[in-house]
Amino acid sequence: MIAEQLAGKRVAVTGSTGFLGTALIERLVRSVPDCELILLVRPGRRGAQARVTRDVLKNDAFDLLRDELGKAEFDEMCTRRIRAVAGDVGTDGLGLAGDDLGLFLSADVIIHSAATVSFDSPLDTAVEVNLLGPQRIANLCNDHGVTPHLVAVSTCYVAGSRRGAAPEQLVDESPFFVDVNWRSEVDAARRSRLDAENASRSPNNLSQFRARAQKELGAAGTPALAAKTESIRQAWVNDTMVEGGIARASSLGFPDAYAFTKALGELALVERRGDVPVSIVRPSIIESAWSEPRPGWIRGFRMAEPVIISYARGLLSEFPGVPEGVVDVIPVDMVVATIIAVAARGPEESGPDVTQIASGSANPLRYKNLVDYAEEWFTANPIYDELGQPIAVAAWRFPGRGRVEGQLKRARTALERTDAVLEKLPLRGRMAEYATQLEGRKELFDQAFGYVELYGKYAECEAIYGLSNLLGLWESLDEADQAAFGFDPRIIDWKHFVQNVHLPSVVRQARAKTTPGRKTGPTRPERLRKQILSEERQMAAFDLENTIIASNVVTSFAWLGTRNLSPRDRMVFAAKALSQGPSWLALDRKDRSDFLRSFYRNYRGAPVDQIERDAAELLSDYLLAKSFPAAIRRIREHRALGHRTVLITGALDFVVEPLAPLFDDIISASIGQRNGRYTGGMVGVPPTAENRYQAIADYADTHGIDLRESVAYADSASDLPMLEAVGFPVAVNPETKLASIARKRGWLVEDFQKQAGAPGRPLPVAPRTGARPEPMTTRLMSAYSPQAWTKTRR
Amino acid sequence: MSSRKAPRPGFVLDVDASTPPILFHHGEGFRLERLPVGRSRVIYPAEPIRGIQDPDQAIRDALENTIEEEPLRALLFKGMKLTIAFDDISLPLPPMRRPDVRQRIIEAVLDLAAEAGVDDVHIIAALALHRRMTEDELRHAVGDRVYDAFAPSGKLYNHDAEDPDGMVMVGTTEHGEEVQLNKRAVDSDLTVYVNINLVSMDGGHKSTATGLSGYKGLRHHHNVDTMRKSTSFMDPENSELHTKNWRQGDVIRNAGIKIFQIETTINNNTFGESGPMAMLQKREWEWTPRDRMQFLAMNRSLQVMPTGAKRKIFHSWQAPYELTSVQAGEIEAVHKITTENTYAQHLVPVEGQTDILTMGLPYISPYNVNSVMNPILTMVLGMGYFFNLYRGKPLVRKGGVVIMSHPTPWEFHPVHHPSYIDFFEQVLAETTDAEEIEKKYEKKYAEDEWYRHLYRTSYAYHGVHPFYMWYWGTHGMEHCGQVIIVGGDPKAVRRLGFRPASTLQDALEMASDVVGPQPTISHFHNPPMLMADVT
Repeated sequence: MIAEQLAGKRVAVTGSTGFLGTALIERLVRSVPDCELILLVRPGRRGAQARVTRDVLKNDAFDLLRDELGKAEFDEMCTRRIRAVAGDVGTDGLGLAGDDLGLFLSADVIIHSAATVSFDSPLDTAVEVNLLGPQRIANLCNDHGVTPHLVAVSTCYVAGSRRGAAPEQLVDESPFFVDVNWRSEVDAARRSRLDAENASRSPNNLSQFRARAQKELGAAGTPALAAKTESIRQAWVNDTMVEGGIARASSLGFPDAYAFTKALGELALVERRGDVPVSIVRPSIIESAWSEPRPGWIRGFRMAEPVIISYARGLLSEFPGVPEGVVDVIPVDMVVATIIAVAARGPEESGPDVTQIASGSANPLRYKNLVDYAEEWFTANPIYDELGQPIAVAAWRFPGRGRVEGQLKRARTALERTDAVLEKLPLRGRMAEYATQLEGRKELFDQAFGYVELYGKYAECEAIYGLSNLLGLWESLDEADQAAFGFDPRIIDWKHFVQNVHLPSVVRQARAKTTPGRKTGPTRPERLRKQILSEERQMAAFDLENTIIASNVVTSFAWLGTRNLSPRDRMVFAAKALSQGPSWLALDRKDRSDFLRSFYRNYRGAPVDQIERDAAELLSDYLLAKSFPAAIRRIREHRALGHRTVLITGALDFVVEPLAPLFDDIISASIGQRNGRYTGGMVGVPPTAENRYQAIADYADTHGIDLRESVAYADSASDLPMLEAVGFPVAVNPETKLASIARKRGWLVEDFQKQAGAPGRPLPVAPRTGARPEPMTTRLMSAYSPQAWTKTRR
Repeated sequence: MSSRKAPRPGFVLDVDASTPPILFHHGEGFRLERLPVGRSRVIYPAEPIRGIQDPDQAIRDALENTIEEEPLRALLFKGMKLTIAFDDISLPLPPMRRPDVRQRIIEAVLDLAAEAGVDDVHIIAALALHRRMTEDELRHAVGDRVYDAFAPSGKLYNHDAEDPDGMVMVGTTEHGEEVQLNKRAVDSDLTVYVNINLVSMDGGHKSTATGLSGYKGLRHHHNVDTMRKSTSFMDPENSELHTKNWRQGDVIRNAGIKIFQIETTINNNTFGESGPMAMLQKREWEWTPRDRMQFLAMNRSLQVMPTGAKRKIFHSWQAPYELTSVQAGEIEAVHKITTENTYAQHLVPVEGQTDILTMGLPYISPYNVNSVMNPILTMVLGMGYFFNLYRGKPLVRKGGVVIMSHPTPWEFHPVHHPSYIDFFEQVLAETTDAEEIEKKYEKKYAEDEWYRHLYRTSYAYHGVHPFYMWYWGTHGMEHCGQVIIVGGDPKAVRRLGFRPASTLQDALEMASDVVGPQPTISHFHNPPMLMADVT
């Protein structure tokens, strides 16, 4: 009896926070009542115990047991039987120390299921965890003279990409094994990380990263650009390491770095096991549970799920693969049962033993059948799009990988070209959103391409994994154990599994829309809006240009400048101001405060009193006509809720003064005065880009406002420092760059428009004012007196 | 001036097989519609009555031969405070050609004042809670001569009902209605009010009690209850609005505030007797081939023109209105004569009500001169003004249907009508029930700081103004079983609580669900202005 064989034993488990690990712990706790568990986890910030509670025990896998025992008893039992130790299989000695080390080494069985399973992890990470991890455990035990039974979880794919039988034998026993020295691979991987780090810092690369950051953010100020550049650099290093992993793996005949490092990991473990008895369990592709803890239980998004969901959403209509090929999938509960059975049985005396748990040889699921089942199921249970229309799934044509990749590449190139054109256009609002949709599609293509590249190799893999050890183990179990720990892959009814167990679970997991009709309840923007207009918010900061008003400093200047000119001079003036526009615009794009400095010199010599008089008229005649009523309404809503409303703008104080009643405070630029005239020189630093962040941070500080509880509205990527500073950023009619950032980060995007019906103002020219050339009157009269009035009589 | 010997009065045409398609105004455009034969009638306005040959002389005469009051000359003295208040941009519609009647009168008053040596004169646009007039608009109303003499020194200006230092509470009527007035008028030895009477609601005590007042005074009669009891507000004898203004007028008089009222009437010459729009005030069967050609050409080009351009063209039209009477003196005595003179041009006798009332709404209402006729103004022009242009009983029976024709675009002037935008987007989105709107939202909008700021410093109607518009339509909307707008933007029409129809035929079909098959129809052929005297 398995439960009795493991009764009173201490079982240490690594990788318990993963998909397989969680299922394993749940099963051990529930079905092997008298064993103790030691979980080795990376402690994180809150410590090992907290991590176990949050990441393992709170998982819905434990719902069954929790309901059975009641919460109190469940908690009590967990405290009694489960101990967490802080450690990391990625470091020598597992990072264990003190009591934790003693506890770990007191285990009778160690189940090593920690791995980096991501198919695109960087080579060196995969090497540290997958290759070196198992032998580190063995080393630790040998160093301290203990010999627990080490059950190492590996993968069937250590057999490499090949056709035909792959029996349960050690890696180097296979006739197809290419002899490589795992130590040299470790060294090479570590070196290549250093190389990549170095290369990423070459002036050439750095300037490229910076250019990309600039392209993405625009004039967002130096600190924001620096942060972005660094994150691009790190991403580049990471990509280089991933590519390196894929290249090295495929050069040795493995589908990817995961299988490659796992294979060498087995090799290293066998070589370095010393006195520690070792069993290796190799599952194929692990998918949702057949029956335990409940049919369809799954944790996280696994390999096949994104592909399935992309298919159901109509994004992926082709996926490479051979129709008759075998998709070797195995339910997670069978893998768990196998591991427990191996642990209960104990090590084989003949040396390291291998047990494969797969379905391909005993009960194959053909690719074509899988696709048929999926098509049938999604036709009966379609996913619905945002409009509530069912999405029809495409008929699968089983193309080769090359063809699919080619198609995707062509589609992506077309998108890239459109994107390149759009990027150069000064788009805003809806058009910019269209551009980001395009960007979204591009990402989907990248994703699909990634799936095809990574998983295509698995779908095309035609190796058949032998199960003689597994079936031998199965036969050795008595009926009770067979009932409690089922792992016979021959019992799986694939149609039932795909349609009734796996797909419903995947769709639920993906939170895909499964009911027709428009979504009821608030949409995402509605929810975000509600958060923004909640009483808990403390401040709402607004940018001016294109956020509240479709105007800019140039047009305001032209209007003010033309206010007191003769009709002919006005047109000339306005035209001149506009003709200088492009050069100003170029300067503006590069650095906003430089631009403002240079532009505001135009005000030199302007009479202060006259400008102040005209500013109110500027608001009515020009600014309000170009305002976004919805934006003004929003400001007022914030005020009504008691939020502090603040206008932060690079525009001049006298221009925005008439807007003062909307705001609690206005932070704006101002220019100096001397003898009643403007000097044209700026006073202080204008609140733009990073200064804007400083301005808002200082303001919040002075007024005791928590920026995390504040809202900011802006239209351009140059406002990024301000938007990032607050807890609730809102992109208003964003230009392409900001639209794209807002989409990626899930910010609220508002489409505030000019009022339909607003008077058109092709040129920023002020209406006439002052006396009209009517003979007599104007010359005789500037103010009423009875005598003067009589004289002007016709 | 009419080329005919005697202008013909308004009349009611019964539609028969020989009746040509009838003109419907349709915003910045027109429709020609055939009305069902045998059960439709068209109510036509009178032709323009003859104007006064020498208006300036007539004005001078009126100031001398005053009614129940001493001549103006006798009321003016050196060292006095004189205030001249005048009707704002909402009168007349469309604006009249220069020189405006107001300019003629103000110049005449100023001549007398100058003779008397009066040097403390203020001239105020009595706009109540309307938007301020722009420089161009003021110049148009009072003339450049007056403008240049007074505006630069700040003595010609717009009334500001929200100026805390510029408004005075004068008293309270026996019904508890407060009376609020412009302080300059209260402090003056004499206030001369210069009026243009376009419709019978205008003038009298309303000129000052409303025109120079503010929210505190207006709320007592600009409300749902008063409008319900004003059947119609164009008929002084049955208008609660009128009664309350008159009560407030008494309070003003009893407080010793001296007002000298000058009222004028103008004729119906809205589109001119010759010129590009002349056919609009002719009866359709009298259109010459030339009129037809001109109309077709105009309508065709309007159909392809962008809205902004159309708006510009229409709003630049200035009517060749002629002065038909001017009378000055004591308010009530003067207004009695004015009302008779207004009726003389407008009243058309009509027998009995019908099931359906149709009307073609033009491009202009009192509140969108040089601006945009937004959906709320469309409602108020139809259900407020046109519906109420009756004496006796409404043209349409209780529970009947009003069909209006207007494009009703979802458009607003952001400078002139900011509170309208929010009213439409927020208040009407929730309810169209006037009483609920009044209770729940009026105060909030009326006392809003930002609207107040825009009303005072920019060119915005007061925050509460869209509410008044909605109340204005209450009587009409409650009287009717359904309101349909032909050719309107469906979304905007539905927001108003009305039903959209794409053609008149569709609208008539929809209406028959409410009033039954084979309904009787009256078409209100306005403008030019008419008022139905329904017996």
